[in-house]
Amino acid sequence: MRVHMRSDLDRLRAEGLSTLYPDGLRIGVGMATCGLATGAAAVYDALRDESAARGLDLTLVATGCIGYCQQEPLVDVRVPDRGRVLYARMNPERARALVAALAGGELPAEGALAVIPEDHPSKVLPGVPFLNELPFYARQHKIILRNSGLVDPTRVEEYVAREGYQALAHALLDLSQQDVIDEVVSAGLRGRGGGGFPTGCKWQVCRDAAGEPKYVICNGDEGDPGAYMDRTVLESDPHSVIEGMIIGGYAVGAHEGTLYVRDEYPLAVERVSQAVAQAEELGLLGEDILGSGFGFRIDVVRGAGAFVCGEETALIASIEGGLGEPSPKPPYPAVSGLWGQPTVINNVKTWASVSAILARGAAWYTGIGVEGNRGTVVFSLVGKVANTGLVEVPLGLTLREMIEGIGGGGLDGKVVKAVQTGGPSGGCLPARLFHLPIDYETLTQAGSIMGSGGMVVMDEETCMVDVARYFLTFTMDESCGKCTPCREGTRAMYEILTRIIDGGGTLEDLDNLEEIATWVKAASLCGLGQTAPNPVLSTLRYFRDEYEAHIVEKRCPAGVCRALIRLAIQPELCTGCGLCLRECPVGAITGESKEPHVIDPDLCTRCRLCHDICPVGAVEIVR
Amino acid sequence: MPLIPQPAPPAGGALLARLHAINAEHGYLPEAELRLAADELGVPTSQVYSAASFYAAFTLEPRGRHTIQVCLGTACYIRGGDKLLEKLQATLGVGPGETTEDRAFTLETVYCLGSCSMSPVIRVDGDTYGRLRADRLPRILKKYRAAEGQGP
Repeated sequence: MRVHMRSDLDRLRAEGLSTLYPDGLRIGVGMATCGLATGAAAVYDALRDESAARGLDLTLVATGCIGYCQQEPLVDVRVPDRGRVLYARMNPERARALVAALAGGELPAEGALAVIPEDHPSKVLPGVPFLNELPFYARQHKIILRNSGLVDPTRVEEYVAREGYQALAHALLDLSQQDVIDEVVSAGLRGRGGGGFPTGCKWQVCRDAAGEPKYVICNGDEGDPGAYMDRTVLESDPHSVIEGMIIGGYAVGAHEGTLYVRDEYPLAVERVSQAVAQAEELGLLGEDILGSGFGFRIDVVRGAGAFVCGEETALIASIEGGLGEPSPKPPYPAVSGLWGQPTVINNVKTWASVSAILARGAAWYTGIGVEGNRGTVVFSLVGKVANTGLVEVPLGLTLREMIEGIGGGGLDGKVVKAVQTGGPSGGCLPARLFHLPIDYETLTQAGSIMGSGGMVVMDEETCMVDVARYFLTFTMDESCGKCTPCREGTRAMYEILTRIIDGGGTLEDLDNLEEIATWVKAASLCGLGQTAPNPVLSTLRYFRDEYEAHIVEKRCPAGVCRALIRLAIQPELCTGCGLCLRECPVGAITGESKEPHVIDPDLCTRCRLCHDICPVGAVEIVR
Repeated sequence: MPLIPQPAPPAGGALLARLHAINAEHGYLPEAELRLAADELGVPTSQVYSAASFYAAFTLEPRGRHTIQVCLGTACYIRGGDKLLEKLQATLGVGPGETTEDRAFTLETVYCLGSCSMSPVIRVDGDTYGRLRADRLPRILKKYRAAEGQGP
């Protein structure tokens, strides 16, 4: 079937509704990468086999990620007229029990995380809250993740059933190119890749720039460690991005788009390629889309593992000729981008926001968030926090509301010490600043950045000097080497940090660190180098006492830095179970069964594995 | 207008796509294939080599039958990814970027597999394992050895 005109979308929609909200039982299993990492495939197989064995008729769907990754594998069960329930932490055994219960006409409360509210009033299971009553979801407002985990990402029909491609029809058939840009401008949308540049302004520059052809690029080279929202959108709802790109292409006058996906995301590459092929087959990509006369096509390019390619000029170079090195700006890509032509390049979440804004209007979008920071942002809340997952919230929420409210505070009752935002370009903010609102300007003033939305929580057992060196290791490895300040400056900072961590640092080192950091920021060619010192500067600013403890007292307060700690088994606690003896990577532990064990300090590499696995907590870190 | 006619550059992403295809077929990038790619795409061999050596996804040396990627993204790092690496190094007797003598495993580190909520994670071939602790690693390795019919 092909979509020639707007009314053809209605047929697709009807088809999508029939699988999204079927008359019978529908079970969705969250099978994005995070679900698969915790055994979702085995859960899916168990559901399929058990329902076949019991002759239970159902629509079984592999969906994307619903965001509450902490509770994966997640299974979404919908029984018409009875309600829709999300079951958490599933395994094959529990999946079979669930099918048995459903076959017996029961919608069990056991293992249920929440009831998903739908248009019709869902019957509440006794003792099971609604999804939006869970602290993790209470503050969330899903725009970018509107379909993630709900639709089958391999079926465009289900996307259309949830108002998909209506925005495209509206843009192409009802609006002029300038109207579309004006709509995005008045929505106040800012680039969600981290820079926060006003999207509509960028489009206007590209549209006004001389030169044909023009190009559109989706930057899906999500390289910040600790951030995975782009992967989730591409895996769970690829059409929301494709629709945004076609709208952007129309607005600026481009007929070709490139969707660049990070190599480490094989499932995202697969889902996106599949979605592009479907859109082509339907005529939503190609010539004369929806009878508008406008044509657009999209190429999918798979990256190859280079962080710097997330930088827009490097990404463009990578598409053109292979080697991904950045170039100085200006000229900006909107004027001279791919093949030297005017090019709009936006992040995955920006494109997914565009399709939502055109569908519902700028006025609706500006009603969300705060002045200057409209709409929603997706954060990946990870690290040492109780509830990990993807959180989409309006801008302006405070860090405390995010980490303690939504995240539920520290992991295993530990005290949260800091949060790292913005990846290797960002900084570490201490708990005493958690009253700050999360927006582009506030985070920048505090010495960090919003970045692409990674939010890594750190607790009392995280050493901030070690974290600073970790990021320097990263930027040193990923520096392309083209400009000297970045290539040599990151190495010099890394060496000083290593000296401090090994117990050989001096207080003068701290001054040197600050000085080098200032130079690297000022003199580097691209964003990678200009922001690489941020983790060092922010930890120096807020956690100087930890640096000084390493230097003056030769002590690592968090008990992490290997040269400054020692591990010891407390004989009065050790039960002699032998677990640490078996697992020690270097064979440094000895002892008879049921007798207290001993660590040989000369063999011990202080990896702390024994400390982590000891069932009775007998291994002490001597700081 | 250049004085000497220049060949048209290959289509966007063509070189990367070609390198991925070679890598998928051989598990690494053999020199003969790179030379052939340069000829067919009409780009200098030096450009192909610079791309081949720039990206972490490609190697110029043959890999083992299974590739183990230990994630050292931020979330994995602070939740013990380095301990997983240390345990794997001790178990396999190789460091990152190296292949075991029997060519069964190549050990690699990677900055973020995008499964941060399940940290720490590793990926073996296409399979991602989350919420790991070092004591679970031997069982995972055993699975891949058993699939080869070699025993543990």
